[in-house]
Amino acid sequence: MSYPPNLKYTKDHEWIQMDDAQSLIGITQYAQEALGDVVFVDLPEVGSTFKSGGVFGTVESVKTVSDLFSPIDLEVTEVNAELKDHPEWVNEDPYGKAWMIKVKPLSSGTDLMSAAEYEKLIASESH
Amino acid sequence: MNLRSREPLIFKRSVEGKIGMDLPQLDVPPAEDTRPLHLKRKDFGVLPSCSEPEIIRHFTRLSLWNYGMDQGMYPLGSCTMKHNPRLNEVTSALPGFSESHPMASDEHLQGNLELIFTLQEWLKEVTGLHAVTLQPSAGAAGELTGVLLIRAYHLAHGHHKKFILVPDSAHGTNPATAAMAGYDVIDVASGPDGCVSFEDITDSVTGKVKRGFNSVIQEHGADIAGLMITNPNTLGIFESRIGDICSEIHRVGGLVYMDGANMNALVGVARPGDFGIDVMHMNLHKTMSTPHGGGGPGAGPVACVAALEPFLPRPVVVRDTQKIGEGEVPEHRYRWDWNRPQSIGKVHTFFGNYGMLVRALTYCMSHGSDGLREATLRAIVNANYVRSQLVGVYHLPVTSPTMHEVVFNDAIQAKNGVHTLDIAKRLIDYGFHPPTVYFPMVVSGALMIEPTETESKEELDAFIHAMKSIAQEASESPDLVHQAPVTAPLRRLDETTAARKPVLRWLPNSVT
Repeated sequence: MSYPPNLKYTKDHEWIQMDDAQSLIGITQYAQEALGDVVFVDLPEVGSTFKSGGVFGTVESVKTVSDLFSPIDLEVTEVNAELKDHPEWVNEDPYGKAWMIKVKPLSSGTDLMSAAEYEKLIASESH
Repeated sequence: MNLRSREPLIFKRSVEGKIGMDLPQLDVPPAEDTRPLHLKRKDFGVLPSCSEPEIIRHFTRLSLWNYGMDQGMYPLGSCTMKHNPRLNEVTSALPGFSESHPMASDEHLQGNLELIFTLQEWLKEVTGLHAVTLQPSAGAAGELTGVLLIRAYHLAHGHHKKFILVPDSAHGTNPATAAMAGYDVIDVASGPDGCVSFEDITDSVTGKVKRGFNSVIQEHGADIAGLMITNPNTLGIFESRIGDICSEIHRVGGLVYMDGANMNALVGVARPGDFGIDVMHMNLHKTMSTPHGGGGPGAGPVACVAALEPFLPRPVVVRDTQKIGEGEVPEHRYRWDWNRPQSIGKVHTFFGNYGMLVRALTYCMSHGSDGLREATLRAIVNANYVRSQLVGVYHLPVTSPTMHEVVFNDAIQAKNGVHTLDIAKRLIDYGFHPPTVYFPMVVSGALMIEPTETESKEELDAFIHAMKSIAQEASESPDLVHQAPVTAPLRRLDETTAARKPVLRWLPNSVT
């Protein structure tokens, strides 16, 4: 199962596990495969706020650097500090150990995609 | 294992007590160590002990693993790896240049100062701008100097502006520079022609909208401090609407910075000052043939319009002309002018990487203005020749006219599982340095080829043949390409581990 149905997805290949109190955000299976071996993840400070679509960090692989985009308006409540020493988790376990930030949602995210919609998007993107 | 392909670290060659240098016995009382305790190094580390021939052999063997311009074509796009003429080495080694002391008085440095002044005049002519500083020691140092000039200008006029616009095809140093200078960066989309897009761009698959130039100007107007643009851009394409871009930025009170990394495509043909640029840097180690990296330090002079001149780094060389008498040749005296109260200050110790300035002026004067133009035209012809021979063999994602470099990608070979990295590694087996890969990031799997004017048609044909052979291998025997390089001293390196767990310093208990 590459795209868990309990998550919502963005066009920029982030996932979010929506919860009113605290949501989790990371990047998708498709994103980690496209990036290749991830070597560094740069995450924001706790307490910073981002608008939907704002750049909250960057992920660096051996061949490229990519921005990380906020799926919703949010305030960062926790960052996964372990990714600093274990960037390979992004490749190994993108929906689990490699969650990137925990956030307080400041908008609803009604425009986000379901797993089925996201799978359709990447199917058309890879052609 | 062959000695030539397995050279241990110099520390591994070390045997305690060996010495490469014969120091005389101390025949005076030892000096008292008066260094303040907090400045003394506590952990002195370990220095290897080797004999002189061992040291020479170690580094000579390592140098044989290296690949440089003097061995063959080095088509590293964006880097402009061109021949370093040996005449440059003759002039820069002249004792009047190589042995003069930067703290000598102006009176004793007249020739050195004249050289700085003269090179500045050449660069003013080449860029079409009003004033030049030679202090910055690299392209990125030039960028930062240039954007600090923009900042100083706005502050001196009481304007507190917030944003620098950077096209998404820019060198990564551009947004970094703007951020270092205290500005927020706004990305501007490029269109299907590879140039800055005036309209917003909607991705046909994801429906995601990237902001074009017009809407960014409309939204941020007077808050825009300036725009940083590379022209020709990183796709090797001339920004055909550069005049409109500059006048729009000027209309909202901003200034335009040009990253002159690709100036070798313009010298003698087009002048940035003429198409509206306010400030720019040039890389002497690209355009003006001075050595790169290990061959010598860089140099990134900055040229600007008159309005920015008061803010240039100080000191500045000025020329005083004394009229001797009617009909006689005027006498010039050169001196350092420190009296620049609005200067952003020094950006380099002393006067820049002086040896590079000697080489650059040698290059300019030995070519002359017609020769510089000829070099530009040949660089463009060479890139277009490579393009014409490889298009179709490799996919050309953006088809606008090519200037000095051409960007292909791996779309055709990827169908057989052969990717850009494999193609690059296989080129090593054919005896060529690989091109720049995975940059610019606006092209997926980019292969960015810049042959420069250095290469003859015969050399280009050999390179083209290698690229065609690799394409054939990719379709017939992809495994061969996956295994490359097979003829290099070391095979495919583990770049992932090197990036994730870098070992930057040898320690006595290190494994290797």
